[in-house]
Amino acid sequence: MSSIPASPKRALLSAIPIAVILFFLPLLVAPYQVTLLAYGLIFAIAALGFNLLLGYTGLLSFGHSAYFGLGAYAVAFIVKYLEITSMEVFLLGGVLASAAVAALFGFLCVRYTRIFFGILTLALSQVLWSLAFKFYWVTGGTDGLRVPTPSLMGVRNPAGEDKMIFLAHRYYYYVLVIFLVGASVMWVIVHSPFGKALQAIRDNETRAEFVGVQVWRYRWVAFLVSGIYTGLAGTLWVPLNGLTTPDILHWTFSGKIVFFTVLGGFQTFTGPIIGGVVYNYLETYAVGHTVYWQMVLGVVLVLLVLVLPAGIAGTANRLILKLRREA
Amino acid sequence: MDTFLIHLLNALLYASVLFLIAGGLSLIYGVMRIVNLAHGNVYAVGAYATAWSVGRVLGGGQPSPALYLLLPVGAVAAAALGAVIEPTLLRPLYKRAEEYQLLITFGLLLILEDLLRFIWGPYPLSASSLFEALGSLTIGESVYPSYNLVVIVVGAIAAAALWAFIYKTKFGVILRATSQNMRMASALGVNVKRIYLQAFTLGCFMAGLGGAIIVPQQGAVLGMGVDALILAFVVVVIGGLGSLEGALLGALMVGVVREFGIAFFPEVELAVLYFMAAVVLLIRPAGLFGHV
Amino acid sequence: MSLLETKSLTKYFGDTHAVDHVDFSVAQGELLALIGSNGAGKTTLVNLISGLLRPDSGTILFQGADVTVMSVHDRIRAGIARSFQLVTVFDQLDMLDNVCLAIFARDGKTRRLLSLANSDHAVSEEALGVLREFGKANLLAGGLAQGERKLLDVAIAYALRPKLLFLDEPTSGVSTREKAPIMDIITSIVRSGKITAVIIEHDMDVVFRYSDRIVVMHEGAILAEGTPDEIRRNEQVTTTLLGTRLEAHEHARA
Repeated sequence: MSSIPASPKRALLSAIPIAVILFFLPLLVAPYQVTLLAYGLIFAIAALGFNLLLGYTGLLSFGHSAYFGLGAYAVAFIVKYLEITSMEVFLLGGVLASAAVAALFGFLCVRYTRIFFGILTLALSQVLWSLAFKFYWVTGGTDGLRVPTPSLMGVRNPAGEDKMIFLAHRYYYYVLVIFLVGASVMWVIVHSPFGKALQAIRDNETRAEFVGVQVWRYRWVAFLVSGIYTGLAGTLWVPLNGLTTPDILHWTFSGKIVFFTVLGGFQTFTGPIIGGVVYNYLETYAVGHTVYWQMVLGVVLVLLVLVLPAGIAGTANRLILKLRREA
Repeated sequence: MDTFLIHLLNALLYASVLFLIAGGLSLIYGVMRIVNLAHGNVYAVGAYATAWSVGRVLGGGQPSPALYLLLPVGAVAAAALGAVIEPTLLRPLYKRAEEYQLLITFGLLLILEDLLRFIWGPYPLSASSLFEALGSLTIGESVYPSYNLVVIVVGAIAAAALWAFIYKTKFGVILRATSQNMRMASALGVNVKRIYLQAFTLGCFMAGLGGAIIVPQQGAVLGMGVDALILAFVVVVIGGLGSLEGALLGALMVGVVREFGIAFFPEVELAVLYFMAAVVLLIRPAGLFGHV
Repeated sequence: MSLLETKSLTKYFGDTHAVDHVDFSVAQGELLALIGSNGAGKTTLVNLISGLLRPDSGTILFQGADVTVMSVHDRIRAGIARSFQLVTVFDQLDMLDNVCLAIFARDGKTRRLLSLANSDHAVSEEALGVLREFGKANLLAGGLAQGERKLLDVAIAYALRPKLLFLDEPTSGVSTREKAPIMDIITSIVRSGKITAVIIEHDMDVVFRYSDRIVVMHEGAILAEGTPDEIRRNEQVTTTLLGTRLEAHEHARA
C-alpha cells in the first residue's frame, strides 16, 4: 500500500498546504460552494472509515449506510425526544449509536469474507432501513426528521443570522477541524502496528493467523473503528442537510460510499478523501443539470472500473512514480 | 379458512415472481460467480417492455385474448439486454477483483434506472387491462383475481421447465459442469465464453419474465427493480447462492413470510425478511442448499 | 524428553485416513525431515500440530504440556511456528514490514492503534537483524523472486522466535541453484541452538544432505524413522517408497 515509506514529517508537509487552502477557502468562494465542500469533507470522513475495511483489511462492506444513517438518526432523535441542540451532544450520541451497532454487526460479520461479508452487511443494514421506513411515528417514515441549526461548543447561532452563512462559516470550520483530526488519527491507525496487522490479514488471512494475529478480533476492531468514522460523518451531515430520511440507510447509499472510495482510489490513503470531495461535486453538478443524474454517475462508475481502476489518487501516484523514474 | 387460502395464494403469487428473479440471479452467480446488482433493473425492463407493448397494441380498444401473447415481450427484451451487457461490460472483468465486478453492476443499476425513465418517462406504466379482462373467481365468500392464478401457474411452469433444462439437456450438463469447475470445463473443451453469455442471457430472461407476468397485476414503476433486487437477495441468501432448488425454497419462504407479515405484523415485515437472511447467513453461510 | 510428541494422533477426511494413529516425536535441537509421497499425510500432520486442523483423536504434547485443542494464537505463544507449502508472505507490505509484523504480533504490540509502526526502533532493528541473517533487501514483498519469497516466508516464522519451526517444502518451486543457500540458512539457525526445525521435503538430495533424522510417512502412518544412513539402508523404504528416486539419487552421487 505504501510504496513510499510513511514518515509523519513528510505526511505533514504534504497535508499542511491542503489544510491551509481548506482554511482560507471560505474567504474566497461563495457560501454555497463552501457548504458543498463541507459535504465533501463529511463524505471523506465516511470514506476514510469505510476504506479501513476495504483498502486495509480487504473487506467490502455493502452496508455502511447503516452507520451513516445511525449517526444522522441519533441526532434527529436527540432533537426530537431530548430537545437538545448542542453539536457536542450530537457527536456523542451519533458516535455512541454507530459504535454500538457496529460492534454488534461487526461481531456477526467478521467471520466472513468476500461476497458473503458484503451480502451480510447489506442484509443487516437493510433491517435498519426497513425499521426507519416502517416505524414512521418514530422516524417520520419517508418524510424523515428535521434537525435545526445546532449550537457549537455552547455558542448559539445569533438570532436572525442566515442559516447559509452559519453553515458556510462556523459550521464549515467545525467540520474542517473534525475532518483534519479524524484524517490524522486514521493516518496513524493505518501506519500503526495494528494497521500493519490489518494489511497482513488483507494480504493473507491464514498467514496472519500463523504469526499470531487473531484475525476475527482484529477485523472486529477495524469494523468498529470503520463504523464509528462513518457514523461520525452521518452525525456531521445531518445539521448541514437539515433533514434525515431513510434514503441514507438504504443499501444504494452504501453503494455510493463504495463508489466514492473507489473513485478516489482505495489503495491509497488519500484516495477516499479525494473521492468523497469529488463525488459530492459530481453528484451535485449532475443533479443540478439533468434529471438523468443517476445515468451520469453510472457512466462515470462504469468508465472508472474499466479505464481507471486505481481511482484518481492511485492513477496520480502511478503517474508521479513513472515521471520520477523517467526523470 | 377462505382468508387463509387467499393469503396462501398471494404467497404463491409472490413466490412465483420472486423465484423467477432470484433464480436468474442465482443461475448467473452459480455459473459466473458474479452478483449482478443490476438484476432487479433487468426485471423492471421486463415489466416496462411488456406494459409498453400491451399499451401500443391495445390503443384504446378492448383487450383480446391475443394480447396475452405479448407477455413474453418483456422476457425477450430482458434477455436481449443481457446478451448485450455480458460481452461488453462484464467480460473484461472476469479476471479482476470481486469489488470491481460488483461496482460495475452497481454502475449498471444507476444507468438502467435512468434509462427506464428516459425511454418510458417518470410515470408508472400499466397493463391492467390484461389483469381485469380475466375477471375473478369466488373462493368461498371471497373473490380472487383469476390473473393471479395465471402468474402462479406460469411461475410453476417456468420452474419445471428450468429444472428440465438444467438437468435433462446437454446444455444443462455443460452449464452445471462449468459452474462446478470453470477451469476443468474449459480444459475439456467447453467454450466458457459462450456458456457465460448463455447463462447471463438466460438469467436475464428469467428476471424479465418475472417482470412481464407481474406487470398486469402491479404496473411498472421506477424503483421497482431496486426493491425487487433486495428481496431476491434475501431469497438467494436463504436458499444458497448458485442453487436453483434453494431459490425455489427461498422464494416460497419469503413469499409466505411477506404475505402473512403484511397481514399480521406490517411494521416489521421487511425487517423480519432481512433478519431471516442474516440469520441463515450466520448459521449456514452457503445458504440452505448451497455449497461453499 | 522430546520437545514435541504426538500420541495416536488421528485425522480422517471422510474415508481417507490422512493421519492414522501417529506417534511422532521431535527431539530438542534437531533438524528433522518429514518425507513421503504425495498424500502420505505429512502436511496434514503439520496442520494438526500447528493448529490449522483439529485432530479427530489423539493428543499433542509440546514440552510436556497438552496443546491438542489450543488455539493457533496460543500455540504460537507456546513456541510452535510454521511456514506454508505455497509461499505466503504479505505481498503489499515491504520485506521489513513483513518481519516487523511478526515481531509486533509476537510481542503483543499489534494491539497498538495509535502509535506509528516505524517509530518503534527496537522492532525495526530486530527485523533488520533477522533480514541480515537471511540476506536483506527492502522491497515490496510481491516483487521478489521465488527463492527470496521462500526465505522471507521462513524469516517471518523465525522472527516469532519459536522453539519449534515447521517448514513445509522450503525449497519447492525454487531453482536448484537457490536451494543450497536456503538450506544453509535454515541449518545455521538450527545449529546456533536457537530452534528445532522440521522440514517437509521432496528433494531427496536436500533431505539426505541436511537432516539429522528422517521420518518417513506412508498412507497416513509412519513407515520408518532414523538417521539418513539408516533410512538409506532401510529396504522397506527404498523399495516401497523411495524406489527409483533414491536410486537416481545414488546414481547422481556416484
